[in-house]
Amino acid sequence: MSPSVPLQEMIRAIRSARTQCEERGVIQRECAAIRAQFRNTDNEGRSHNLAKLLYVHMLGYPAHFGQMECVRMIASPRYSDKRVGYLGAMMLLDEKQDASLLITNSIKNDLSHSNQYVQSLALCTLACMGSAEMCRDLAPEIDRLLRSSNSYIKKKAALCAVHIVRKVRELGELFVPSARSLLSEKNHGVLHGAVVLITQLCERSPETLERFRKTVPDLVQIMKGLVISGYSPDHDVAGVSDPFLQVRILRLLRILGRHNEAASDAMNDLLAQVATNTDSTKTVGNAVLYETVLTVLDIKSESGLRVLAVNILGRFLLNNDRNIRYIAMTSLQKIVVTDHIAVQRHRGTIVDCLKDQDASVKRRALELSLALVSASNIRSTMKELLIFLSSCPPELRAHAASGIFNAAERYAPSQRWHIDTILHVLTTAGADVRDETVPNLIQLITNTSELHCYTVHKLYRALLTDISQQPLVQVACWCIGEYGDLLLKGECQETEAVQVTEDDVLDALEIVLQSHMSTPTTRGFALTATMKLSTRIIDNVDRIRSVVSIYGSCIDVELQQRAVEYNALFKKYDHMRAAVLERMPVIQKNSVGQTNGEVGEETVKESQAAKVAQKEMALPPQPAGQVCDLLDLLGGSQEPLQPSSSLGGAASTQPTTAGGDLLDLLGGLEPTPPTPAPAVTVYEKNGVTLTISCEQQSDSGLTVTLTASNSSDSDISGFTLQAAVPKSVQLQMRAPSRDSLPANGAAKLTQLVILNNPNKVNLKMRIRVSYTSQGSAVQDMVQVDSFPGISAAGL
Amino acid sequence: MMRFMLLFSRQGRLRLQKWFTAISEREKKKIIREMTTMVLARPPRTCNFLRWKDLKIVYKRYASLYFCLGVEDEENELLALEIIHRYVELLDKYFGNVCELDIIFNFEKAYFILDEFLMGGEIQETSKQIVNRAIESSDMLQEPAPL
Repeated sequence: MSPSVPLQEMIRAIRSARTQCEERGVIQRECAAIRAQFRNTDNEGRSHNLAKLLYVHMLGYPAHFGQMECVRMIASPRYSDKRVGYLGAMMLLDEKQDASLLITNSIKNDLSHSNQYVQSLALCTLACMGSAEMCRDLAPEIDRLLRSSNSYIKKKAALCAVHIVRKVRELGELFVPSARSLLSEKNHGVLHGAVVLITQLCERSPETLERFRKTVPDLVQIMKGLVISGYSPDHDVAGVSDPFLQVRILRLLRILGRHNEAASDAMNDLLAQVATNTDSTKTVGNAVLYETVLTVLDIKSESGLRVLAVNILGRFLLNNDRNIRYIAMTSLQKIVVTDHIAVQRHRGTIVDCLKDQDASVKRRALELSLALVSASNIRSTMKELLIFLSSCPPELRAHAASGIFNAAERYAPSQRWHIDTILHVLTTAGADVRDETVPNLIQLITNTSELHCYTVHKLYRALLTDISQQPLVQVACWCIGEYGDLLLKGECQETEAVQVTEDDVLDALEIVLQSHMSTPTTRGFALTATMKLSTRIIDNVDRIRSVVSIYGSCIDVELQQRAVEYNALFKKYDHMRAAVLERMPVIQKNSVGQTNGEVGEETVKESQAAKVAQKEMALPPQPAGQVCDLLDLLGGSQEPLQPSSSLGGAASTQPTTAGGDLLDLLGGLEPTPPTPAPAVTVYEKNGVTLTISCEQQSDSGLTVTLTASNSSDSDISGFTLQAAVPKSVQLQMRAPSRDSLPANGAAKLTQLVILNNPNKVNLKMRIRVSYTSQGSAVQDMVQVDSFPGISAAGL
Repeated sequence: MMRFMLLFSRQGRLRLQKWFTAISEREKKKIIREMTTMVLARPPRTCNFLRWKDLKIVYKRYASLYFCLGVEDEENELLALEIIHRYVELLDKYFGNVCELDIIFNFEKAYFILDEFLMGGEIQETSKQIVNRAIESSDMLQEPAPL
């Protein structure tokens, strides 16, 4: 039998092992020796053996064969044996082991031992690993000890009772009277134990909570004593008197004051006192302040106190210590919904914390910033958030991007700002945005028609710089396809225009098509965009045809299908190509969160075109103040007869926004047959006859058809019509079918006017007719007060 | 309530483990592994609090040892830091300028001190002097070691 090596020598031997393997060897030898020793009933040195085994156990090696030895050691009369035995019991035995039951008796005996340190060992072990049966068995004994005169034992018994109540809820009743009386103790250890016990009892049972509410005044007294009392060397920590006890009492007060006005009132003064008097230069002071703040915010405190609490949190935010900033933000996050205004005051500091080094602080700053966004601070907050997005840790990107989108959607001060923000996010964090961002952005862009030129220029530039961010590339391709003509025009009010040739644009799209970074979806976008450009550009249609036909044999099925269909559009259905590929109507946003997807762009029906017309913005209002309330498009009641620039502009932009460029729907397809409604002649002069007829499209929408014919012997050229309506009515004129009237009624001229009368005002229209007849220019004005086919009142 | 306290070195070797709830050996090993990986991976100037499952983890490094406390949600993290500090002070007073080797070679004493300071996952005694006196008295009760 090898001699047992004392504990420290063994530890030294294990530590000097150079490899894992060597260590295992040493341990195996030692364990064998220990096992042999255990079988030996010799009393000497047993505690050392068990201690060695516990060390081996801590290194991670199995030590279950020591369990019975623990039981034996605990039963030994020697204090050293008991000490190590109980330690072993706490480390090796838990309630799942059978051996744990065997020590119940020893614990019971030791609880009544004459030596308080032996009692303390038993109490400690019971509180650490006591099972439910053991607790039930020994609860009366613990209650007896709670009443002993020895404060050393009392404080341990209190914590033991806490454990018992956790394990067996019903036994709580047993401890209520003793707990109550312990509050009058002077000894801090006992007081602390009592407070913990009462907290535990109140948490487990609402009835007990009610009974203990009466103790609020006592607790307040104790706290006051701690806060005001002078320096007590025994319990002082950096100038704060017994912070551990203070924090526990504050927590108990929180539980007692919750949902209860009377209790909350009783502690109001105290909380204010603690909040103002506690020294906040060290962590201890801040720990107490923190607990105070949590208590104030949880009970029914008065508003002044709440503001004080939030201000303390605001001060924490400015603290140098990172830990304190972190907990301040966690607390602010919990109350940002209920105390929104108070938290808003500290918005600046919170947004600054976005730049903190610590990832957890950053995460909380992001969530708080997003929660604090409002209409008034949207611009400055968004600036900070975008800076944050470019440097934020990857795990926060998706959350930040979606938060930014939500905030932008709710509080965007202008459309252009909104689009700019989304584009910025796509360029910095494009890979992390959600899928529905692309359709949402497209829908937003179509809605802001005045920014089409600006948007397409920006997107084109972004596309040239970087094609790796898929959502951005998809949106850019779509826009170039739709608004390519605006891009090629080369002029833009909002931003510096690039001089772009058709080849450049097609090159850009081809790069996207061929790049290995583009996903199949992106390629689909690019192909469709290329196709759409065939109606918006003039020279390079052949190039587009060749691109499209190449992809007719692409491996990707979706692309192949598209290419084949587009090819067919070139070959067999060329006359429909322009109509099919004209400008998209505005996409209806159904509801938040629903993806809009690709609205059928292949067929544009006439009704959709009509809807588009109605959605188009109304003519810019001219200054009113004339006698008649008609929108005085035609330049005042004096009728100067010279067209003002706005007139010309207004008249000519109508066709372009309505139907792409000149190839609008009506021009492409068969001319619409004359409406069956009765036609009324409104103008007749020089052989020129103008008739109008109307058709009601919807509740407030009306289509008026103007038909002109020439019954004279000479041709009429340069025939134009202009119309004006009352201010609240929206008007849109389609391009006329022709601009000249051949002699003798050889051909008629028709022009559609779409009206929208949402306010249902009395509808009137003024029409100006201008043409050249026999070399002289003629201009006339006609007023239409009643519309055939429609009742005069209530359109 | 505190759930556990772990002490481990910079290399991840466990020096002390105290569990305040009853959990299986396998669970304990898993928690130890996860704690050591998580805490040792933290960059130097970050805050001392972590969230792990439903617990708050409060850790502090003293020289070559990491002290790691796992506490429940309603615990005050700043106070947990103070608890760790108090324990270090107690060890320091007992061993006289404590270092990691003291805790390695006298691990059972470290446990005894801890058992006088914390019990059942709560603080037992808030006064340093009383804890120190209790340890000294208990030590004096120890029967002399056999030759």
